[in-house]
Amino acid sequence: MTALLPPRPAAPERPVGGRLIDQFEYGLDAPICLTWELTYACNLACAHCLSSSGRRDPNELSTAEAEAVIDELQRMQVFYVNVGGGEPTVRPDFWHLLDYAIGHDVGVKFSTNGIKLDKTRAAQLARTDYVDVQISLDGATAEVNDRVRGTGSYATAIRALENLAEAGMKDFKVSVVVTRENAGQLDQFKALTDSFGAQLRITRLRPSGRGADVWDELHPTMAQQKDLYNWLLANGDGVLTGDSFFHLSAFGEALPGLNLCGAGRVVCLIDPVGDVYACPFAIHENFLAGNVRDEGGFQRVWQHSELFADLRNPQTGGACTKCAHFDACRGGCMAAKFFTGLPLDGPDPECVQGYGESALAARDLELVTPRSHIDHSHSGPVRGQPTLLGIPSIPSKICDESPLAGLDLR
Amino acid sequence: MPETHTDVDAAPAPAAAEETLVEESLVEEVSIDGMCGVY
Amino acid sequence: MTTAVSPAEVAFDPAGPWQRARSVALRPEPFGALVYHFGNRKLSFLKSKTLVAVVEALADHPSASATLVACGVTEAQRPAYEKALADLARSQMIERRTDA
Repeated sequence: MTALLPPRPAAPERPVGGRLIDQFEYGLDAPICLTWELTYACNLACAHCLSSSGRRDPNELSTAEAEAVIDELQRMQVFYVNVGGGEPTVRPDFWHLLDYAIGHDVGVKFSTNGIKLDKTRAAQLARTDYVDVQISLDGATAEVNDRVRGTGSYATAIRALENLAEAGMKDFKVSVVVTRENAGQLDQFKALTDSFGAQLRITRLRPSGRGADVWDELHPTMAQQKDLYNWLLANGDGVLTGDSFFHLSAFGEALPGLNLCGAGRVVCLIDPVGDVYACPFAIHENFLAGNVRDEGGFQRVWQHSELFADLRNPQTGGACTKCAHFDACRGGCMAAKFFTGLPLDGPDPECVQGYGESALAARDLELVTPRSHIDHSHSGPVRGQPTLLGIPSIPSKICDESPLAGLDLR
Repeated sequence: MPETHTDVDAAPAPAAAEETLVEESLVEEVSIDGMCGVY
Repeated sequence: MTTAVSPAEVAFDPAGPWQRARSVALRPEPFGALVYHFGNRKLSFLKSKTLVAVVEALADHPSASATLVACGVTEAQRPAYEKALADLARSQMIERRTDA
């Protein structure tokens, strides 16, 4: 597992004082916040799902096991947990776990497609402290949104937003994954979220999960990236990004945020079966640090796993460090590089200086890009499935691990 | 502000460390949304 | 990184009584501490163990100045610590006590 990371010096020395991000690079005793996918089950089948969700896993954490994780997070004084999935609200014990977390000093932000947020639940959320809600939406119009998320998903999201607004919910968010198809709708997204009194959050599409299948056609063009960067500089006040566009900082002025890959350092993922990964965009055995069911639980994994120790040992070499913009972009997104088959100490595939495109072109023609074996995608037809997948996708690689790759059996 | 990473002793005397820190701000603020790897 | 200016700016008065704000969680770390405000979602990084001790001890002393003295902050260090407390007041991590 350690072979995949570039060679690093032994025993790093933590600097005294200095910038926050310098400290973060060496790791923390507990994550600042982490993502916890509660279930792989989902009512939707979004084309770009980072966790390849759809079907529940038979081995998902029980209610008691989930409570034990929350107890640990409380002991570790984790401030906040970002709950997702799949669709977390389809877990029957979701509302119990929400209350349990809040009652044990762990704030909750959950990401949902809105399917369960009727007026009653919206009212419940509005009167609950320490909970944030984030509604996923990938188009400012049903036409754009539903192509990727499925027929009816736009309506579901809007209904949830209406219910939350009507219930007097404060500070809820709309979270958008920026794609080639919606990159021109940023002003409309802002207007839409403003109309509900919500906050807009835009995040980066990574070639993770099912995102790997649609990356070539959905990731923004270089021109769109530039426009996005300029839009953020002009309109970014009050628009959240989850620091996911820090690779754009190489265009010039750094965007707000740590501008740092948080994987294994300040954040990590707990998946529905208790596996701990460096990041929700890196659900792959190479980034698996351990399991919360192992002795020592989550704390032991966070503090002592070999993988995280490696990630907290900042690299000193690599092609990117010689670039004048490295300080701004820090080499970009580890997951984006990994799933496009690029070396982790080289440029991001969307490097704004163009080094990523060169690196992609220089890949061995017979390269098989890494593919996660964790796939809970729906196997049968899904009502209102995304039309982006209307035809079987042809693999963009010359060959692929599985003879069934790209074959749509629906 | 010079980079001090490679020059710092593994275990500086507390007083010396404090002297260094007095030159910089003792508080740094960042948004909890401002770290990558979160939904 | 610029920090947003809080609309209700309370000028930091070192002679007054202060305390860690009630909506704030403080977690010690090797380098000092992380402080998180559940209300405004701000996260702050305290870069010195002494500053952490000061923040925790504020509630036990009649004034911030007295707290600094009690925690062993020297005259030379005082301006930096007062600035730090002012920063924390601005982001609402510490609040004025209202005891009589």
